[in-house]
Amino acid sequence: MKIRTMKELLNAEVICGEDGLENHVYSACGSDMMSDVLAYVKDQAVLMTGLVNSQVIRTAEMMDMHCIVFVRSKKPTAEMIELAKESGVVILCTTKRMYEACGILYSNGLVGNKVRA
Amino acid sequence: MSEQLTFHFDVDGDNFTSAGQASVMMKKNLRQLGISPDTIRRVSIAMYEGEINMVIHAGGGVADVTVDEEGVKIVLEDHGPGIKDIEQAMQEGFSTAPDNIRSLGFGAGMGLPNMKRYTDTMEIVSTPGVGTCITMRVNF
Repeated sequence: MKIRTMKELLNAEVICGEDGLENHVYSACGSDMMSDVLAYVKDQAVLMTGLVNSQVIRTAEMMDMHCIVFVRSKKPTAEMIELAKESGVVILCTTKRMYEACGILYSNGLVGNKVRA
Repeated sequence: MSEQLTFHFDVDGDNFTSAGQASVMMKKNLRQLGISPDTIRRVSIAMYEGEINMVIHAGGGVADVTVDEEGVKIVLEDHGPGIKDIEQAMQEGFSTAPDNIRSLGFGAGMGLPNMKRYTDTMEIVSTPGVGTCITMRVNF
């Protein structure tokens, strides 16, 4: 799925990384616990979260993710936007809640990934 | 790569916002060395979790990374409270982090297990009241 399609499906606002909207992503994960993201994620390109702090951006960067979606109308700080720009991560913001946002993307073909045990 | 490269980082213990900066810098260094993305990711995650731990529990510390022809070695050293029971600390879900850390997305008891998961070897030397030194290796 193109990040642009995600934006449309979630009726999301693009906060930064407009240039990356044509990139394709193949899987996603949703969590507010960054340690769980770091533990269980493999090759997921999208992080859906309601957590707002700099560590969200760094976690995405460590995992080589391309896009972060902030759910429940959460907005990243200026510092976080700067970090995301430096690492080339697209940030989207949606008013939808986590469950709904994940469900919309999943049912449109953006799947999760097998947990690495 | 015939010679050994070393990188040193000071990890500021007073600022949760800046935690992870050393790992981000190290990741850039490894990219410049042309190391495989999978290896880079493993090193980055292990070092990042270690860095977060040093900030949460130990008031910061130092990170020394060595790259040689066989792999990457990460040594994290702090003068924090130490780990009383290493076996217990290695269990997934066990955490002594305060609640405010959990609200920041960490403190789920996954840090040390994650570090072990992504590295080939991990050794913890810790003395309560003195500090902790963790040595990890990721082989090419």
